[in-house]
Amino acid sequence: MFDGERQARWRARLALGLLLAPALIWLGALIVLPHVDLALLSFRARVGPRSYVASLAQYRTFFQEPLYWHVFVRTAVMSILATLLTLLLAFPISWVIAKLAPGRAGSLLFVLCLIPFWVSETVRTLGWMILLRESGVLPALLTWLGVTQAPVELLYHDATILVGLVYTSLLFMVIPLISSLESLDNSLIEAACDLGAGGFAILRTIVIPHAAPGITAGCIVVFMLTLGNYLTPTLLGGKNSQWFTEQIYTQFITRFNWEEGAAFGFLLLGLSTVMVVTGLKLTGQRFGDVMRRT
Amino acid sequence: MIPSLPRPAWLRTATAMYIAGFLAFLFLPLAIVALFAFNDAPYPAPPWRGFTFDWFLGNPSLGRVGLFADHELLGSIGTSCIVAACVTGLSVCLGTTNAFLLERGRFPGKQALSVVMLAPLVIPGVILGISILAFASRIAEAADDLFGLELEFLRPGLPLVVLGQFSFIATIATLTLSARLRRFDPTLEEAALNLGAGRVAVFRTILLPYLRPALLGSAAISFLMSFEDFNTTLMLVGADSPLTVMMYGRMREGATPVLNAVSVFLMAASAVVALTLVGRSRRDR
Repeated sequence: MFDGERQARWRARLALGLLLAPALIWLGALIVLPHVDLALLSFRARVGPRSYVASLAQYRTFFQEPLYWHVFVRTAVMSILATLLTLLLAFPISWVIAKLAPGRAGSLLFVLCLIPFWVSETVRTLGWMILLRESGVLPALLTWLGVTQAPVELLYHDATILVGLVYTSLLFMVIPLISSLESLDNSLIEAACDLGAGGFAILRTIVIPHAAPGITAGCIVVFMLTLGNYLTPTLLGGKNSQWFTEQIYTQFITRFNWEEGAAFGFLLLGLSTVMVVTGLKLTGQRFGDVMRRT
Repeated sequence: MIPSLPRPAWLRTATAMYIAGFLAFLFLPLAIVALFAFNDAPYPAPPWRGFTFDWFLGNPSLGRVGLFADHELLGSIGTSCIVAACVTGLSVCLGTTNAFLLERGRFPGKQALSVVMLAPLVIPGVILGISILAFASRIAEAADDLFGLELEFLRPGLPLVVLGQFSFIATIATLTLSARLRRFDPTLEEAALNLGAGRVAVFRTILLPYLRPALLGSAAISFLMSFEDFNTTLMLVGADSPLTVMMYGRMREGATPVLNAVSVFLMAASAVVALTLVGRSRRDR
């Protein structure tokens, strides 16, 4: 009897070990160790062939070279702008799907919103390029309508990058917004209306506080995706894109300056983490809950 | 406002116009891509010059190479499929063991581990890519220095692409599968054990059929995410380019409507996957 119990316990421990091992190998070998290695890489400087010293030179270069931190700040500001625009554009459609459209119409509209995101980002960006470039559809249309004399170049502007980023991010805002709006009890709004509240007052005092978790979750995910995006800014912005991920790529792959590239990577990761933590602190939420929402 | 409250006519009109505008914004780029795959012109640009299948089938007399003769593009689709199949297999297996670990296992630090598992979704794909690239080269160099081993698979190339994509797609598979396992009614398992079924039999006849929809769903999502990934792949790619990287390169050069033709193919493929998944989830409900 005693022996059987011990055997059972031993077996349970073996099962746990067998389940734990793949998870630890995955997180250790592909996530934790590579990032530790990247950190070490960013804190060293090359002094000769195959000889390195510990140094802060990479980070110093970043702050001393205006181009680098300009691009960094620009990427952050544009990402915040894109996040806010996405929220503004996604909120009404989420409201329509969650509250206005009855049953089947609502789910049809939701599926329609999902469809474009099953298609690769490359394809969607190709669509915008064909639409917006000088020889493209929209400039031709504008000329035909007499708005412009000759076709104008609509690609390679900051506004174009924003349009592309908002387009790519919409879904990640719509899903958490819908799930948080659906749980809002309609009778609260009816009561507020009966008591004489206007549309704006209802929005400010009832809807937004209730949807805050969804809004935070959506904003955090959209911000992270935008900050780390590479395809959309480089293709829609061309040489003017000046996106920070592009700088990382240049350092790492084009110039083979891995130390500098690693430092840039950590700065981007740091920015992303700071923004996420600030967002969570401001709305008093936990990271795990937010991630499970999306 | 909500349906039970009176809405003025202007608000109804504005809502309808907004919905129409929103849907146009969503579908315009895709519609344009599909349309210009059939335009009889050497560049995907207006004006419309008539309908043609040249960009699929090719037309030697006009020097047009269609999608079905573009070996480079077809090869990259094949590469993407191989990578996606490997990533899907790895991710679904790890997702399953992780689901059991998180839902059934009891060990100190479980909460912390489950939070760490979410990290790959938060780290930008570019950074996942460079960190794995740098770490793999360090190991390769160490192996070379210490043992004189040439570990070719740790140099930029498809094995690294698979590992890079797997590193974050595994999280998604884990989330899907553990969500399903959490809703499992453990009394079913207990009943089977009471009736004399062994552990293996219980797993095969009860748990596996129960998990099947989530297994298929996470496999489809993993495949699609791998097929469409760009950020991580770009950093780890070697000589053979998967489709997204190949398309990106051509888009920078200003390519022919062959790219539109590939896109039509991709849209059709995603539509099939999406419809299958939606249909399946309807039936399960």
